[in-house]
Amino acid sequence: MSGAAKDEAVAVRRFARTVPWLLSLPALALFAAVLVVPLVMTVMLSFHDWSQYGGIRFVFILKNWREIWSDPYYFEMFGRTFRIALLVTLITAFIGTPEAYILHRMRAPWRGLFLLVLLGPLLISVVARTLGWALLFGGSSGVVNKALMTLGVIRSPIPFMFTETGIVVALAHVLMPFMVLAVWTALQRLDPQIENAAASLGAGQPTILRRVILPQAMPGVLSGGIIVFTLAASAFATPAIIGGRRLKVAATLAYDEFLNTLDWPLGAAVVVLLLVILVAIVVTANRLIERRYAEVLG
Amino acid sequence: MSFLQLSELTKRYGDHTAVDRLTLSVEPGEFVSLLGPSGCGKTTTLQMIAGFVEPSAGAIALAGKDLLAVKPNRRGLGVVFQSYALFPHMTAAQNVAFGLEMQGVGRAERDRRVADALALVGLAGFSDRYPRRLSGGQQQRVALARALVIRPHMLLLDEPLSNLDAKLREEMQIELRAIQRTVGTTTILVTHDQAEAMALSDRMVIMNKGRAEQIAAPQEAYERPASAFVARFLGKTNELAGSAQTEGGATTVAIGPARWAIPRPLSGPIVATVRPEKIAFAAAAADRLAGVVRTRIFQGNHWLYRVETSGGDVFVIRQNAGDVMPAEGEKVALVWRADDMTVRAGDSGQGDA
Repeated sequence: MSGAAKDEAVAVRRFARTVPWLLSLPALALFAAVLVVPLVMTVMLSFHDWSQYGGIRFVFILKNWREIWSDPYYFEMFGRTFRIALLVTLITAFIGTPEAYILHRMRAPWRGLFLLVLLGPLLISVVARTLGWALLFGGSSGVVNKALMTLGVIRSPIPFMFTETGIVVALAHVLMPFMVLAVWTALQRLDPQIENAAASLGAGQPTILRRVILPQAMPGVLSGGIIVFTLAASAFATPAIIGGRRLKVAATLAYDEFLNTLDWPLGAAVVVLLLVILVAIVVTANRLIERRYAEVLG
Repeated sequence: MSFLQLSELTKRYGDHTAVDRLTLSVEPGEFVSLLGPSGCGKTTTLQMIAGFVEPSAGAIALAGKDLLAVKPNRRGLGVVFQSYALFPHMTAAQNVAFGLEMQGVGRAERDRRVADALALVGLAGFSDRYPRRLSGGQQQRVALARALVIRPHMLLLDEPLSNLDAKLREEMQIELRAIQRTVGTTTILVTHDQAEAMALSDRMVIMNKGRAEQIAAPQEAYERPASAFVARFLGKTNELAGSAQTEGGATTVAIGPARWAIPRPLSGPIVATVRPEKIAFAAAAADRLAGVVRTRIFQGNHWLYRVETSGGDVFVIRQNAGDVMPAEGEKVALVWRADDMTVRAGDSGQGDA
């Protein structure tokens, strides 16, 4: 090969390496503009100072972080947020997994119909779905409470609004489709003869479910769990409606700091902390799941 | 008394009849194949025996007992599925052990029997592998070991070799037959591959549109097909139109200028079925079916000829014995023995294709 040809070959190769980057540049620019820049600004904001009368001062201090660390109020907020997220995840897993299996066993046209019933609520705003719960259980004027009180079953309204139970129930309802979908996807990968195979080896239906179906549905349950957990921990609308300002979680707390107290730096610190914890949990869980199932299910 | 008895077994889906009054008796230790094209009802039949599908009518008896009264998980039949249906979250050994656990077999005996079963199928060193890490042939063996280890009353094989490549399939056929002989389990094999059915079975049930067209030993079905469908399904065949005449107790079949004497009385138009390998080339003569070689294909151990005759194209297969063979364009005469052809009355091949 001559020198010129070699140079040309090198140039072509270099060009081939740069082309993919050039082609993805517009997307990268958009990504940077709408995600990376605001995120970096939020992180920087959390290190700025703020005072009632002086507003935001652009300095680098750890005041906000120290406050979150030292004030037990914030511990309570974050504790409640993740307690709610964990409970919601468990509830959706326990109800959603059987639901997905039933859906999986259904035949056409029922399967399509019930899939629609299941996913339909996703088309309705979270606010509307949560308000439904508020209408049913909202104090003494809630429909269910009113009915039960009229019938004399209960004397005072069932406590639902402004309670953690209320938030957990409403969130579990709102996030259920995500769990069902994740488990259903995992069940789709089952060999259609697998239950027959287990039956021919002498297994009864409960054993088949426990020993054959559930272990194969587990990756779906776990990935559904991650989705539900992150959505529950960062949920805003449902805790805002059910919990209001009396029972705050991390997301509503940050909202209040931003829009009511106007202490943006403190709000930013809350948001960043929530993000960091969630990312840490998701990455760890994902790694564990992958390590557990890579060999087995691929 | 037969071991497995299917009586008038029928399965209908709506107004489609998948299996139509199938009656079959299987002897202990026998290897029977259900053979037919897709949609002929062979898999449905197997699934009814296994208990995964309820028959619409008819009865199944195993060793004299009504099998339909027994739940699938109490029938004690070993089933090997086309997809193998191994449990992906269990190792090969755990897969094989599953059936023994269900039977409540103790730990020590279980381990021993699992090891024996894996050794039987030649997978002694693979017990800790997950199915995903096994090749298709190895998965197939695990599935077989899993079905055999429970010492089933019967072994039901649903197209077990169809997902393997041709070479591996042939090896597994030989091995499957050897294993079945060793353990002596009565076996029913479902397949669409006539070569596989002929290689493995003691008897074949050739099925078409839910019905058994012929139940016979492979050689019998091949040499004496009961219908045009069977003849066509079991390998290459030639169908030649001719006529038959019975005079004074002797019947003569005429195809072109050639004549054969057959033992049964028959008159009128006939269709004769002759296997390509039963036809030989001979020197041209006035009373022989003459033709011209149109195509000659070398296939290693044999030659495949297409010969144009007055009665249509005839396929001829000749062993490659090193002789000089007719070339393309050469005039030849075709001869075969009366015993090598099946004659039925009819205008053309009006059986089911």
